[in-house]
Amino acid sequence: MSAASAAVSAPWRAVLTRIRRNRAALVALAIIALFVLVALLAPVVAPYPPDAQPDIVGLARVGPSLAHPFGTDTFSRDVLSRVIFGSRISLGVATLAVLLSITVGTSYGAIAGYAGGPIDGLMMRVIDALLAIPRVLLLILALALWGRIALPSLILVLGLTGWFGTSRLVRARVRTLAVQDFALAARALGARDGRVLWRHVLPNALSPVLVAATLGIGNVIVLEAGLSYFGLGVQPPHASWGNIIQDGSDNIARGWWIALFPGLAMLVTVLCFNIIGDALRDALDPREERRS
Amino acid sequence: MSETQPLLQLRNLRTTFSTDAGDARAVDGVSLDVGEGETVGLVGESGCGKSVTALSILRLIQPPGRIESGSEIRLEGRDLMSLSEREMRDVRGNRIAMVWQEPLSALNPVFTVGDQIAEVARVHAGASRAAAKAKAIEMLRLVGIADPEERVDAYPHQLSGGMRQRVVIAMALVMSPSLLIADEPTTALDVTIQAQILELLRDVQQRMGMSVLLITHDLGVVAETTSRVIVMYAGEVVEEAPVRDIFAAAHHPYTEGLLRAMPRVGAIRERLTVIPGSVPPPTAWPTGCRFRDRCPYSWERCEREHPPLYQIGAGHVSRCHLAVEPERRARPHIPLAAVGTADAGALR
Repeated sequence: MSAASAAVSAPWRAVLTRIRRNRAALVALAIIALFVLVALLAPVVAPYPPDAQPDIVGLARVGPSLAHPFGTDTFSRDVLSRVIFGSRISLGVATLAVLLSITVGTSYGAIAGYAGGPIDGLMMRVIDALLAIPRVLLLILALALWGRIALPSLILVLGLTGWFGTSRLVRARVRTLAVQDFALAARALGARDGRVLWRHVLPNALSPVLVAATLGIGNVIVLEAGLSYFGLGVQPPHASWGNIIQDGSDNIARGWWIALFPGLAMLVTVLCFNIIGDALRDALDPREERRS
Repeated sequence: MSETQPLLQLRNLRTTFSTDAGDARAVDGVSLDVGEGETVGLVGESGCGKSVTALSILRLIQPPGRIESGSEIRLEGRDLMSLSEREMRDVRGNRIAMVWQEPLSALNPVFTVGDQIAEVARVHAGASRAAAKAKAIEMLRLVGIADPEERVDAYPHQLSGGMRQRVVIAMALVMSPSLLIADEPTTALDVTIQAQILELLRDVQQRMGMSVLLITHDLGVVAETTSRVIVMYAGEVVEEAPVRDIFAAAHHPYTEGLLRAMPRVGAIRERLTVIPGSVPPPTAWPTGCRFRDRCPYSWERCEREHPPLYQIGAGHVSRCHLAVEPERRARPHIPLAAVGTADAGALR
């Protein structure tokens, strides 16, 4: 408990300070920022158009060189350019899908947790049932039924299969928070249920969601790559890390670089998101706060 | 009890919680009045139903709890039990406001105190953002917080315990309620701060002319601030009297016990005594008198017959058969609850 201090600062400032002290997280954050920047500026940064096939005979499967640092693929396309354009798809799909899942998951969990009683019971049994089905199976089923897979539908499917855990997390937080004194105090001052939930309960429930979302992005990148590998994810001519790797794995003996570089990009990205997620979890831990 | 219409009237308030062990009758037929501009103390130990009474007045009892039909809650003559939830929201924070025991947990940790005070004005008066903030600063000044323009942007954890309780009081006073319910407002505070908060409550009560229902287990607090005292035990009112009479001529053995358990300056030779045993579980109130196992005077009538509220004097009632058999007071015995083996029932 701090003594009254004249300096006014948001609780977030303490969190930021703690993240700033975590060197690994800072490096990870910088790498992600760089990747996002490169993805946004892809047309400027990439040395070639992603689908240009300059010389399908002479330039096919050429190893890394100065002109093509990541080499070229079977169709003589520049792998570096494809990885750069692929990052737009991989990062974009993952981010949007995770935004969708945390929105749905938070709303669902908040309603169940705040309603309590039989409504909560029913809503959570539905989640139990959905969680009993492996996500990959659910994805394959949905995508197979969908037929032609456009990017928006891929995002939709990835987003809508990823919110069950978040809803459980939020529901548990809301259940504890809804019976806290400040929620009761807000009701005693005449606040509507909606207002109590939205203003008083949810803002206090969001930190685990933030952690789950950060870790979730890394998870969805891998999932999307896996689906692309099966031909269910991002469809050609769009390049995503997943389908570049798939391309490359068919030719792994004759051109190891095709699969290696997008694989490395993915590895680094997912690792960074996990490091940031862990750092956030540590920084948001209230027990940590008491110690410092 | 008062001649004119009292501000708050409770008649036969019964609040029950369904539990696995059966229905817990936490508040079991409480009737009380709080007059216009009056400060009434509601006293009793933990588990006697004081706080549930307070939450019932605001109709904030959540399932598995319920206020039984037949309970009457009237504010300024208006029957609160018949109001819709929407109408009731307009009463909460507006006509009746509450001050809580633990200010840190009653405040939302992620918003500034100014935001939280302003919210009341926004909810009830539809105040604009700017007007609500101005109101928040004005309220902080009213409750005696220095530099309100700065403190308005402070988060609860940046304030001291006493200041937090001032903020909670400020939130309660925004709409100038006619009734302020203060549930153990000083229990969580240092002794020196306690006095300041009581002083503040007295001050705003006089300035705004509102009524206060002060819930406490501390008779010292009651002596300083209230004009009338209602003592609750096991979900019932057991004694009610003007504050002077409570200290000079308490009638109910439970009130007597509470007084004897209170340290007093100048009474050095008197041993501080405890009331043996504890409040029985609300799922199984004893038949007859609910205090009998802990009472040094109980006799077989107390087991057989649930005592009514006997009139003792002007504005003084007591739920004890001693009112009609006063000679029994001369023959105290060791309470059943103090005799080890007989304790089992009370402890369950």
